[in-house]
Parts: sequence; C-alpha cells; structure tokens
Amino acid sequence: MRYLPLTIEDRRAMMAKIGVSEIDALFRDVPDGAIAPLSAFNLPDTQGELEVDRALSRLAAKNIAAGSAPTFCGAGAYKHHVPSAVDHLIQRSEFLTSYTPYQPEIAQGTLQYLFEFQTQVALLTGMEVANASLYDGSTATAEAVLMAQRVTRRSKAILSGGLHPHYAETVETVAGLFGEMKRVPVTPGSAEDLIALIDEETACVVVQSPDVYGLIRNLRPIADAAHAKGALLIAVVTEIVSLGLLESPGAQGADIVAAEGQSIGNGLNFGGPYVGLFATREKFLRQMPGRLTGETVDAEGRRGFVLTLSTREQHIRREKATSNICTNSGLCTLAFTIHMTLLGEEGLSRLARLNHAKAVTLAALLGKLDGVQVLTPAFFNEFTLKLSKPAAAVVDVLAAKGILAGVPASRLGGADDLLIVAVTETATDEDMAALAAALKEILS
Amino acid sequence: MSLNNQGRPTGAGSAEMASTPTTISGDRGLDHEEKLIFELGHGAVGVDLPDVKVADDRLGGMRRNGAVGLPGLSEPETIRHYVRLSRKNYAIDSGLYPLGSCTMKHNPRLNEKMARLPGFGDLHPLAPASATQGALGLISELMKWLTTLTGMPAVAMSPKAGAHGELCGLLAIRAALEARGEGHRKRILVPESAHGTNPATAAFAGFTVDEVPAKPDGHVDADALEAKLGPDVAAIMLTNPNTCGLFEPRVKEMADAVHKAGGYFYCDGANFNAIAGKVRPGDLGIDAMHINLHKTFSTPHGGGGPGAGPVVLSERLAAFAPLPLLVHDAKGFRLVETRAEAPEGAQPFGRMCAFHGQMGMFTRALSYMLSHGRDGVRQASEDAVLSANYILASLKDVMSAPFGDGPCMHEALFDDSFLEGSGVTTLDFAKAMIDEGYHPMTMYFPLVVHGAMLIEPTESESKESLDRFIHVLRSLALEARAGQTARFEGAPHYAPRRRLDETLAARKPVLRWKPDVLKEAAE
Repeated sequence: MRYLPLTIEDRRAMMAKIGVSEIDALFRDVPDGAIAPLSAFNLPDTQGELEVDRALSRLAAKNIAAGSAPTFCGAGAYKHHVPSAVDHLIQRSEFLTSYTPYQPEIAQGTLQYLFEFQTQVALLTGMEVANASLYDGSTATAEAVLMAQRVTRRSKAILSGGLHPHYAETVETVAGLFGEMKRVPVTPGSAEDLIALIDEETACVVVQSPDVYGLIRNLRPIADAAHAKGALLIAVVTEIVSLGLLESPGAQGADIVAAEGQSIGNGLNFGGPYVGLFATREKFLRQMPGRLTGETVDAEGRRGFVLTLSTREQHIRREKATSNICTNSGLCTLAFTIHMTLLGEEGLSRLARLNHAKAVTLAALLGKLDGVQVLTPAFFNEFTLKLSKPAAAVVDVLAAKGILAGVPASRLGGADDLLIVAVTETATDEDMAALAAALKEILS
Repeated sequence: MSLNNQGRPTGAGSAEMASTPTTISGDRGLDHEEKLIFELGHGAVGVDLPDVKVADDRLGGMRRNGAVGLPGLSEPETIRHYVRLSRKNYAIDSGLYPLGSCTMKHNPRLNEKMARLPGFGDLHPLAPASATQGALGLISELMKWLTTLTGMPAVAMSPKAGAHGELCGLLAIRAALEARGEGHRKRILVPESAHGTNPATAAFAGFTVDEVPAKPDGHVDADALEAKLGPDVAAIMLTNPNTCGLFEPRVKEMADAVHKAGGYFYCDGANFNAIAGKVRPGDLGIDAMHINLHKTFSTPHGGGGPGAGPVVLSERLAAFAPLPLLVHDAKGFRLVETRAEAPEGAQPFGRMCAFHGQMGMFTRALSYMLSHGRDGVRQASEDAVLSANYILASLKDVMSAPFGDGPCMHEALFDDSFLEGSGVTTLDFAKAMIDEGYHPMTMYFPLVVHGAMLIEPTESESKESLDRFIHVLRSLALEARAGQTARFEGAPHYAPRRRLDETLAARKPVLRWKPDVLKEAAE
C-alpha cells in the first residue's frame, strides 16, 4: 500500500523488539471475539491512484459544476472567482499539513495569518475584536445566541424571518435548549416588526442583512430598541462581499456579528467546509467562543503570536468553557485572508460594486418578463422573484437545459412560487440573457 | 582556510566565523522576519476588476460611509508574504509530528486533487437534485464505508468536527430520552481522562457532568462507573481506545451496565485509528460515536481545521439523526431537508448546521478509503499500533511509562517522573525537541498522569524515521537525567522564535493590528 512505509521485515524486527510474535498480541485487551475478520467488512480492497481517480472523477462528472453553467444559486453560498494564488498558497505543505498552533515557536506562520484574519474580520464588520473562526455562518450564529444568553443572563431570542432558515434551525437546535427562540414570520421583500417584540426577557434579536430573500435591512433602529431593553443585537451576514459596499453591522450598533466567509477565498464545495466569522465588542471578550490569537514577544524581545485567553476554552475549562469548539476552519481562514489581501480596499470595493451592478441589471431584465415580479426593493447581489409557476419545477426544467436558475424558496420552507436569484461577478451578459430567455419560454 | 578553484572557501568554518553576527536585515538566512500585511500595504491591488459606478437607489440607504481600512498588496507581494509565513511552520510533510490524540498521518495528495474536481469543489449546495447525483452518491458511498467499518446501522453526516459530532450524538440521546418520556435524565458520566471537549459538549447540550476516576492501571474504573449509574443518568461518554492509549478491556461490561440502567453509550472516536478495519465499535455496545475524518481518514489538519465529524448511530438512536437525511428512491438520491418530508419513523432532533456537512472532507476521506481498501485500513491500524509499541518498548527504560507493563494501542504515554530532580522541566524537554527538528508530543494531557507526554507516531513513519526519533528522545532523556541541562534551558534556540511570553499575551490582549494613532489613543 503506497502510503504505508513499513515493510514486512520492518514489522518483524519491530515485533521482536517489543517481544511479541504476532500483531494481535498487541490487541490483547480487546474482548474475545471482537476482533473482526477482514471478511466481516464488505468493502473493496486496495486500489491504485489511477483507479481511485477514475472512480471519483466519474461521480464528479454527474454533477453540474457552477462554473460550467450559467449559475444564479445563492441563499447562503455564493459562486465567486477565487484568484489562482489563493489555492496555490493554501496547498503549501507547511499550511496544509500542520496542526493547531499549540507550539508557537514553530507555528508563527499559522499564528500570524490568524492575527491578520482577526484584524480583517474586525475591520470588515466594524467590530472591535474577532476570533480565529468557527465552523460556518450558521454555527457562528448559534454560538452568538448562546453568548448573548450568557452576557445578558436571559434566555429568549427573537429571530427575524429573514434569517436563513437553516441558520434559524441551527440556532433553535442548540440555543433552543436553554430558552425560547421566537421566529417572526416575514413577507419576502419587506421587513417584519421586530422592535415591538423586544422585552425585558429578551437576550438578543437576530437579524440577517441582506436577508435570505436578498433585502438590505437597516439595523440601527433595532439595535437602539434592543439596547433600550438591555438586549443585544446579533447581525448575521451570509454574503460577506456585501460589506464592501454596505454599511458595516458595527456602525449600525450590532453587538455581535456572525457571518459566513465562504464568498472570499473559498469554493462552493457542496456546502462545506466554509468559514464562520465571529466578531464582537471588546467588553464581551471573555464571553467569546473559539480560539483567539494575540500578539506578544519572545525571549529575545521579538514580536510573535500565540493562542491566548484560552481559559475560555474546552481544553482548559472543560464543562465551564464558553463553547465546546476545538477544530475550527483553519485553512479556510487562510484562503479568506489571502483573497482579502489580494483584494485590498480598492479590490473589495470594486468587487462589491460589480456584484451589485450585475444584480441591478439582471433584476431589470427579469422584471420585464411576463409572469415574473421582483419582490426585493433594496438588494446587494441577490433578490427574490415571484413566478407564475412553482419555482422548484421551473428550476428543474432549467437545470435540464444547463442553467442553474436559483434556489426555490420552497427548498427552505418558503412559498412555492418564489425563486431566490443571486448574481455575482462570475455571471456574464450572455448568462443573464440565457436565464431571461429560458424563464420567458417556460413562463409564457 | 582552503579555497576551491574559483576562490570560494570550501571549509566548514573557521575561528573567525564562530560568533554569529547579527544581520543588517534582521533576517537569518532562509528565516525572514515578516511584517503584517497592514504594515506592508501601500495601495497596490492584487486583482484586476472594472471600476463600475453604482447608484444608491437600490441600496436602501445603507451604502457604506468611509473605508474599511484594508491594506493593498499586489499578487507578487502577497505570494511572497504568505510563502515566508509558511516557512515558519512545522508540518507533517516536513517531519514526524507525534501529537498524541491528533493522528498526524500522511495527507495523500490524490485526496486534494479529488476534492478540487469541479463537480465536487464547484458544486452549489442548493443546486437541484438532478444536478448533484454524483455528490449525493459520493456521500452515500462514504456512509456505507463508515457504517461498515463501525458495524453501526446509521450515520449522521453533517457535523463539522469532532466536538460538533459529540454534540450531535448527545442531542440524539437527548431526543431519544425525551421520546421515551425520560427527559429528566440529565447526568452524563465522563472519565477524568476524557478530552476537554467531552465535558464541554455535555454542558453545551444541557447535561450535567459527573466525573469517573481512572484506575492506577490507566483504565476507566468500571466498578466506579457502574456504581454511579442510576435513573437520572442519560449516558456514559467514553473514549476507546482511551486517552492513555489503552483499550478498555471492560468496555462491553460497561455498555451492558449503562443499557441496563436505561442510558446510552457515547464513544469519543478520536482514537479510531488504532482499531479501524479490525474492531467494530458496534460489536462493543456503542450507541453513538463520532469519527474525525481529519484524524483517522487523513483529511489535512490545515493549521486547526477544517475537520469533519460524522456520527455513527445504533438502532436505538438512528431515528433521531438530524436533518438533512439522504434518501434514495426511484428518481435517485435526494436530500430530505424538513421534518415534514421525513420518512416514516424518522424523528430528526433538529439541524447541526446550514447545508449538509463537510463535502470537501468527505471527498478526501473516501479517496483515502478507496485507496487503502479494507485491507489497507486494517494494515494502517496495525502499523499505527505497532509503531507506538515500538516507541514504548524503545524508550520505557529511560523515560517513565506509567502503564508500560503491557502493550499500548496507537499512542504511547509517558509521564515526567524521569525528569524529577534533573532540573529539566517537562516543558523544557518538549521545547528541546523543537531544536532537534521535531514537533513535541502532546503535553500535560491526559490529566490523569503527572506531566503527561503522549506520543502518537501514526502508521506513516518508516522504521528508519522511528529509530532516529527514538535515538533523539533517548539521548535527550539520558542527558536530562545526567543533569546536563544546557540544551534544555531556554529552548528552543533554533526555531523562528524563542519561547513566547504567553502571560503577557493574556494579561494585555492585543488581538488585532491597529494603526499607531488608534493604539496611542487606546493607551
């Protein structure tokens, strides 16, 4: 087997040194009969690289890759162009095959990029501190609600109906164990009244902007209302590129920002791995979940970085930890950081403007079609259409024609006739025209 | 000094080169001092995008006021920066990485290639089922491998790491208890030797933690565990093989006892690499176990993630697996994403995350499994156990092995009693290994022995590599015991950084770069 360096002679010599004559002597504590014969495993035997490559490539070929078709799917995962340098750099052995930086003297590479990542996330979200990542946007949102419960010593959370339903379900599954999670219904394309629901028992209000239907929300009034009642505002962002054009949640009064960072540096990957961004105010630092990297000096006085404030974490605090998280999204944070470095201030702004401009163009194009109504008045790069036919069926027909038309809201528990359409810099004028023509044909 | 015919010195060095001068640049040969991107940025751009103007009328009045504050670097500057940073990291590709409990095995590059096939890497999670049959088929195939290797009937695929898998397993247990009308069972028994995630997860899932002691031989005290069972116990949470590197010989007894008492058996599968393809957890009475694909099945650790932690479930828990569920019918594969569509009998407890799990890790893990085959997986486990025992047998006379009388599983545990009175601390010993070109082993864990040093070589090392490692550790141990402390004091001497002041970092947290004006204002 090509990955196993020990030869039969090596194994024999090693067993001799140990003083056993057969390998199973080392498994002597396994109860009688519990060592299964190889035949008990109904699985194939060793295969060469060529055979495995062939088998998996066949499976991959059965899927429609976003880059191979006009693609308008979003709803929490976005097709963006990732510069070639990103994937090259993250595959360097020293990044790819290192562990969590527990020995800082030989992990400064990882620690420094995490420090850069934390800074980028804090700047983008308009917050004071950010952690070194969580699994993804949905689990970051759940952690944010748990943190708000700890900070306020209250249990109730108010969840906007514009919060991605998968996020809301993730929050309910975890934070719902400790208090009421009140999900507020919303009419797609408009904002529900959250302020009236905030009371003295409310730990936090969770609002996504742009919301799952694409609508840009104004968080400031909700933040003010929440603060007046001693509650926190958790702002959720699933399309982080939007912050290149839109006001940051921090500037609107958010106390915690939970976001999905996939759009920067990371591929679609059929849903994972992604990268959860988590930022907050400095005063809540000790209630934060997840790893933190901090600056310090070494014995010669040179700047260096270490994991810090780990007394919040599971390996020190065990059942009193702020979270059970250990492994996070290391390499995805690196991809995020490199892509964001390549973009810089000007690149991010241009990317965001380009996305918005394409979305404005597409909304105008589709809004002219019979049987199509654009429901979202203010949007970044995603909006919702009301169709004259069930959206899931429309999506299936268009997929057969090689167009990924968007995400039917019904897939997320929404109405049958709604289609959520995202457009990024990767969509060409031809792609948009193809979508318009195909929709026109099927809806007429 | 001898010169070659171009006038270049060929000697290895001489008296005049003996003292190392400081350099003008501050760099040391291949080891470059590297600033932060925020100090390097100067308004360049590393991407070429059109400068499109946009109107405000569709932005709802929420256009950003003011800059983000991001630095600008071109592509060559960016690449140089991150390449320089990369060279400050230790990695499994460059050396033996004996971190116990972490399974730092070889990460095959075929796996990377497979995960990047556009049909997987560039596939949208909410693309219609007709466009994702190959991806769903891959998940189904991986599920078959995981259930077959563990002898368990079901598996939940969405958990994103080991601790997330623990949470998934405990939430399934919670749902099963509630379905039985026994939601009052809130106590979970966790051995004191457990990974920190175990008690943290139990608390996270709304349970209380009751610690079970270890016996002097490193095994969980099964009698103490059985004595603690009662009508309020929801589950036991054991690691097997345990964190001392030992297989629990009474695991079946403990499983029977907890079942008889009406509770469930959660197993932390972090150490599955000792037994994969050889022992099926399902045969031991386990009800739920997460599998760290980034340990046993070789997906790269990536400096701390991403991982994946699918959870295999027994018949008793299978119905409570979280959404989404993968089903296969006449039309092919599809995902059940809401409770309303769930098949008869399914009672999903909720959802662990958006979408359906770490597909990028699934592809890599299946690539590993298909490459090894069942015979290779079994051989890998045997080699991992053999290598750990070889290290134990080769070092136990000079280091102290608290449970060294018998064989270990895939990791060898030492304590620091061999350093007693030597003037060398456990930390010094670990840091001296860095100077010798090694990443230290896991230190101070498990908590049940003093100054623990947990060595997990994995199956990826050649005998020559193991022998060299053993030679270095023997030599270090002998020097320390002989009171030769020079190389230990203040180690490491040859790493990119000397020992870092962690107390300062925690006392005055600096968690992000700030421009000087902001720093001054804050002080």
